[in-house]
Amino acid sequence: MSEAVIKVENLTKRFGDFTAVDHISFEVRKGEIFGFLGANGAGKTTAMRMLCGLSRPTEGHGTVAGFDIARQQEQIKKNIGYMSQKFSLYNDLKVWENIRLFAGIYGMKPKRIAAKTDELLNRLGFMAEKNTFVEKLPLGWKQKLAFSVAIFHEPQIVFLDEPTGGVDPITRRQFWELIYEAVEQGITVFVTTHYMDEAEYCDRVSIMVDGRIEALDSPRELKKRMEARSMDEVFRQLARKAQRSAD
Amino acid sequence: MRTFLFLLEKEFKQIVRNRIILAMIIALPTIQLAILPHAATYEIRHINLAVVDADHSTLSAELTAKLSASRYFNLVLAGTSYEQALELLEDGKAHLILEIPPHFEKSLRLTAKAGLMIAVDAVDGTMGSIGSSYLNQILQSFAADLIARGDIAYPDAALQARVQVIPQYRYNTQLDYKTYMVPGILVMLLTLVGGILAALNIVSEKEQGTLEQINVSPVPKQSYLLAKVIPFWIIGLLTLAIGLVIARFMYGIVPAGSLLTLYAFAAVYVVAFTGFGLLISVAAKTQQQSMFIAFFFLLIFFLMGGLFTPISSMPYWAQVITWFNPTAYLIDVVRLIVMKGSGFADLLPQFFCILGFAVVFNVWAIFGYDKTA
Repeated sequence: MSEAVIKVENLTKRFGDFTAVDHISFEVRKGEIFGFLGANGAGKTTAMRMLCGLSRPTEGHGTVAGFDIARQQEQIKKNIGYMSQKFSLYNDLKVWENIRLFAGIYGMKPKRIAAKTDELLNRLGFMAEKNTFVEKLPLGWKQKLAFSVAIFHEPQIVFLDEPTGGVDPITRRQFWELIYEAVEQGITVFVTTHYMDEAEYCDRVSIMVDGRIEALDSPRELKKRMEARSMDEVFRQLARKAQRSAD
Repeated sequence: MRTFLFLLEKEFKQIVRNRIILAMIIALPTIQLAILPHAATYEIRHINLAVVDADHSTLSAELTAKLSASRYFNLVLAGTSYEQALELLEDGKAHLILEIPPHFEKSLRLTAKAGLMIAVDAVDGTMGSIGSSYLNQILQSFAADLIARGDIAYPDAALQARVQVIPQYRYNTQLDYKTYMVPGILVMLLTLVGGILAALNIVSEKEQGTLEQINVSPVPKQSYLLAKVIPFWIIGLLTLAIGLVIARFMYGIVPAGSLLTLYAFAAVYVVAFTGFGLLISVAAKTQQQSMFIAFFFLLIFFLMGGLFTPISSMPYWAQVITWFNPTAYLIDVVRLIVMKGSGFADLLPQFFCILGFAVVFNVWAIFGYDKTA
């Protein structure tokens, strides 16, 4: 079994009286696709933000890429990529300019950026849009671009927060092909989703209900254990216990 | 360092692509300087005056004629009924009523004394007080004319003629309000450009979600903020240059002091206000909040900054407040440089105050900005 790149113990986040994330513990191994599932409001995004150094844990500890999530956030940030739920490239910058900016702030050299940009755009069949303002791109392409930007600097781990919201199944499938390519390069993928077909693509999934992790295993094991035919059924069985209303 | 250059490149591209901002950089100084100095003037003219003449004498007619010839007054009524004049005052059509009582000429000729009544609409206090003082001046000069002509015998006529005060206005010899207003407006421009643009900037990245992408990267927050300050700083100084050119050609105002000194102050001041804007931007969650907070402070800065009303005539507690107003220092400084020709050495205390604000606002913005919530 390969080493763990994310280790979390009793991680908790409270906002006033509300416990968004309630003592969760898990490990993510190098090179795997780890699915982080849960209904809206289950605490997925909050947990992920703590792992990325965007939010401080209230309790518990953990490491990402070997750095402490409570104290070494800026070290973690050097070693990860992140794609948020809300599309977040600069709309008023062109495709190549967005790549150049984000690669640049991760310390890549301009020459290397230029060469790799062309290589990437060719591979994606996206060379014609090099000079297009990101604003003008269709959503599916924006998502592919945002993902490519998130792994452009070759991070150890990439965090994806509901990366495929709002696009059709074919576009989602294409997106997942990019994820597999990233895994082949040795990048660990941590992805939240509430599409159960996507859950099937993951090596292991955890399912969060009301801030706690209710189940964690490979999709196959989970289905076997819960005597379910699909991940969808697994999810329904677990999510039924939820007390919290979705936001 | 390289990270910083990438960020700076991004900020410049974004600003240059923002047509509205570019248009505003030209429009703001042009329009403000073309309109405000004319509109925001203390020189009060066109005061509506109603004269009620109950005397019907040569002298009362002469007085009425003198008043109507004055460029300060519009004669809206020259009648005999006080009721009618009062009606005009109540309708807001007259600001002042001058009542010439019966036997005005007779009493003046016989006793060298005569009463006149002035009624003032004090709703617009400035108009009322300045109007009545203009009216007094004209009445004084009317009396002096009469004495000079020998129409009335005034015992101390010779004495009065000798003691006449002739003021000499230094630094603004014509007492031209435009010369007084233009430096203030230049400061206002610098404040608006730095403050408002910066106040909206980071918070708009918050709304678009791009700030999160920056926060999750290893970018040092100082680099990120500094890359924001520099373009606004250049825009601010550019606006000042445009403003100075307009002041030169539209009003013939050329700074009496050194341009270098002026720019040294402006440079530090724009850094201060960009920092102020960034601080608001860091604290606010939406552009709406940011705008509202910025306006709250900018209005106070302008009204308490000596732009329209002199700080020295404010009550002491209000003067204390102006010590914490960076705009007050710069308005003072720019007037001194432009009108009086003060040099850098004369203005050191103000320089250090403005520098202090620049440091405080920017450092506060850096500490207030937390990449990890």
